[in-house]
Amino acid sequence: MNTQQNTVSENNFEQCIKCTVCTVYCPVAAVNPDYPGPKQAGPDGERLRLKRPDFFDAALKYCMNCKRCEVACPSNVRIGDIIQAARIKYGPQRNTSPRNFVLANTDLVGTLATPFAPIVNTAVALKPVRLVMDKVMGIDHRRIFPKYAHGTFTSWYRKHAAAAQEAFPRQVSYFHGCYVNYNNPQLGKDLIRIMNALGYGVRLLDREKCCGVALISNGLYKQARRQAETNLASIRTAVNDRKMDVITTSSTCTFTLRDEYPHLLELRNEDVRDHIELATRYLYRLLQKNRGRLKFKDTTPLRVAYHTPCHMEKMGWAYYSIELLRMIPGVEVIVLDSQCCGIAGTYGFKKENYRTSQAVGEPLFRQIEASDADLVATDCETCKWQIEMSTSKRCEHPLSILASRLA
Amino acid sequence: MNNTYDVIIIGGGATGAGIARDCSMRGVKALLLERSDIATGATGRNHGLLHSGARYAVTDRESAEECIRENMILRRIAAHCVEETDGLFITLPEDGLEYQARFVEACRTAGIRADILDPEEARRLEPAANPALIGAVRVPDGAVDPFRLTSSNILDARAHGAEIRTYAEVRELLREQNRIVGVRVYDHLTHGEENYYAQVVVNAGGIWGHGIAAKAGIVVNMLPAKGALLIFGHRVNRMVLNRCRKPADADILVPGDTISLIGTTSSKIPFDQIDNMNITPDEVDILLREGEKLAPQLATTRILRAYAGVRPLVASDDDPSGRTVSRGIVLLDHATRDGMEGFITITGGKLMTYRLMAEWATDLICKKIGNPEKCRTAEIPLPGSTEKREEVEKKISRKPLAQRRSAISRHGDLATRIDSGDSLKNSLVCECEEVSIGEVEYAMEHLSVNNLVDLRRRTRIGMGTCQGELCACRAAGLMGRRDAVCARKAKADLVSFLNERWKGMQPIAWGDTLRESEYTTWIYESVCGLSDEKTAAK
Repeated sequence: MNTQQNTVSENNFEQCIKCTVCTVYCPVAAVNPDYPGPKQAGPDGERLRLKRPDFFDAALKYCMNCKRCEVACPSNVRIGDIIQAARIKYGPQRNTSPRNFVLANTDLVGTLATPFAPIVNTAVALKPVRLVMDKVMGIDHRRIFPKYAHGTFTSWYRKHAAAAQEAFPRQVSYFHGCYVNYNNPQLGKDLIRIMNALGYGVRLLDREKCCGVALISNGLYKQARRQAETNLASIRTAVNDRKMDVITTSSTCTFTLRDEYPHLLELRNEDVRDHIELATRYLYRLLQKNRGRLKFKDTTPLRVAYHTPCHMEKMGWAYYSIELLRMIPGVEVIVLDSQCCGIAGTYGFKKENYRTSQAVGEPLFRQIEASDADLVATDCETCKWQIEMSTSKRCEHPLSILASRLA
Repeated sequence: MNNTYDVIIIGGGATGAGIARDCSMRGVKALLLERSDIATGATGRNHGLLHSGARYAVTDRESAEECIRENMILRRIAAHCVEETDGLFITLPEDGLEYQARFVEACRTAGIRADILDPEEARRLEPAANPALIGAVRVPDGAVDPFRLTSSNILDARAHGAEIRTYAEVRELLREQNRIVGVRVYDHLTHGEENYYAQVVVNAGGIWGHGIAAKAGIVVNMLPAKGALLIFGHRVNRMVLNRCRKPADADILVPGDTISLIGTTSSKIPFDQIDNMNITPDEVDILLREGEKLAPQLATTRILRAYAGVRPLVASDDDPSGRTVSRGIVLLDHATRDGMEGFITITGGKLMTYRLMAEWATDLICKKIGNPEKCRTAEIPLPGSTEKREEVEKKISRKPLAQRRSAISRHGDLATRIDSGDSLKNSLVCECEEVSIGEVEYAMEHLSVNNLVDLRRRTRIGMGTCQGELCACRAAGLMGRRDAVCARKAKADLVSFLNERWKGMQPIAWGDTLRESEYTTWIYESVCGLSDEKTAAK
């Protein structure tokens, strides 16, 4: 037997040929000299960590998990996954920082905040409150918090929408995510309106927990895994028993459910993965297949600049959102250069990352200001916060723009 | 210039370096001559296994006892060159358990701790070991870095007054009647010739010692045995893995620094082939086939390089046919053996026993020149091993973590001498092995570096996954700046470094290693324009 032909590495990190293009595309390495960059933190570091685990470098926390390194890699190395997996395996196992707990537990904090939304929103906007949060918690005082909704999306849905949805001939399940539930129920309502117009009823999952992306990036892996198991069980019921696809309006939730679950949390999802869909892509494909038509009323000219979130770039799906926007009569779409806005979920809220976060986003902010757009559109809620805080423009989800112009 | 010494040592392997240290510590004025760089012969071309002696326990009790004694000494005096990994002797179903009892008994007789483990426990301790194992014995094997060990002996010898000259080849032994009085040396750097004189000349040339003795008309009956090894891209195993059976081909897997090594094959070669260390496809096949039995995941791990060394096995003087071969230490006093005064040969042995070989040789030198000093090399730590790792860590806390830990692995407490004053000095030359500009400059200044290949032996630049792709040109730039050499000479050095890297990759050039070497070729030929220099990476 020729043993040589059969001896090919199965270790993903060994497929790296050190071309370093990942580090060139890393938004953090470009602005933060404390971060060794994806090549060193990823495949190079993995080799050292295999030598001795104490080669784990705490500087890996500077990785935003944007996965732009993976998009850039010509050798198909899952660099971002290697870095996140190293944090899970070798990093601090118990993350007891109260700040990280608060930032990571979007469900808990959202549940507590929504009933008192007017008070909470006013309080976190006050300078003294923000200074205290900065000093005590390490949440940067310059960061503007997203506003909480007064009442959650799910409670609205149960009261006002659930009954009507069952009547539609076709059905789809909706993973609304924390943002829609606690901050922007309107986006969920917009989705329902659009889907209903196409003859689809929108149903919720039996049980939905935060997808876990914030838990993963804040080191709460066990909890992330538990929540992921709950979500996967609900998704399986929807897909397998009810024969419904599951759509989400957040690019990061979609990415987490589809790819981070198997790659980082080691939860297999290949049986349902293809049925977990991003709402804009799902909608675009329905319209392409002539499964229904949308009627528009408002056709006044609107210049929209589309920003491609990092996880959207990783999935390669920005095309669908852009084309969907282009279908709207009167809308002119400018596609911004695909670059990170810098917030990376909870990353940009942290005091130690604020400077990096804003430096990463700076070129994007400048491009937005120069674009002469009326509005920025994006599929990621945290990108929206960052853009609205750091530029003079409003930022909306493509589906909200679409819904606002429906007949 | 005074060309007279008490002793001239020929050969800059571990043994020669050890003799230089031992002599100079006893106040013997020594000159060490090496035709190439230190540790270029068998010293640098083996497993880097810190033998417990268990491998020889059944067949060669004397060697086994020497090994375990030296093993314990090296842990003390050369802590920064040693990794205390322990080792497992695993029994596979095809081996049968009969050997194990004999093996454990022999180990214990030789004074080697040998604990029989439950197979389940062995699998837990070493997840890389073949899970089909039916038995395992834990022994105090480890890993030792031969380059660091030799370099450290050289440093200490020099600190005690020894003179070390590399790239100085002995062309002739100067003889007066029945006495060797000195050597004629050709200097490969200056291209000049010079005579040096001493009361005693020591032949520590390993397999090349055969030719050195021949210059005095003396026959040392050696049997060159080539052993090939493969280097894997990362550390597959935590502990040294051996097969618990009679020693055979490719049955030792050693974790060494960032990589793992499988070896060796064993084939007799003629003397005219001892400088030709090309690896054949058959050797690669044997290493892979047998290696997979120790650790199945070797079959799916990237291979970095293949290389070979030549064991200086010595045929017993009582048996001129060469059939009786010992791996033990052979010290020949040519005065009593051949009637030639002032000349001794130290050979045989192993990297593991270099210190003991040096002690024996130095004892004989001292006897000849009437020096009453006793050997202290077993008690006094080598430079780099005088301080605890944690203490050194604190002193260089300004260096980034991975760089700091790597530098301490390589230089022990001498890592504190590496300039880490600013971010420029902490910039990386070699990214795979975390070698900084400061470290390269330290090596160039203090560790006798003449070219890029020497630099590799002192720092590991070019020994990582990329095999010089990113570091070679950076290091060449630093070398060029130090030596103020012309661009042509710097490029020639770069080409010879890259060719040396390619030589090791060529026998295993497939998959990702081939892809990466093609990329390297492209960088150096097309981007850096090295194609004029005969051939670049290939």
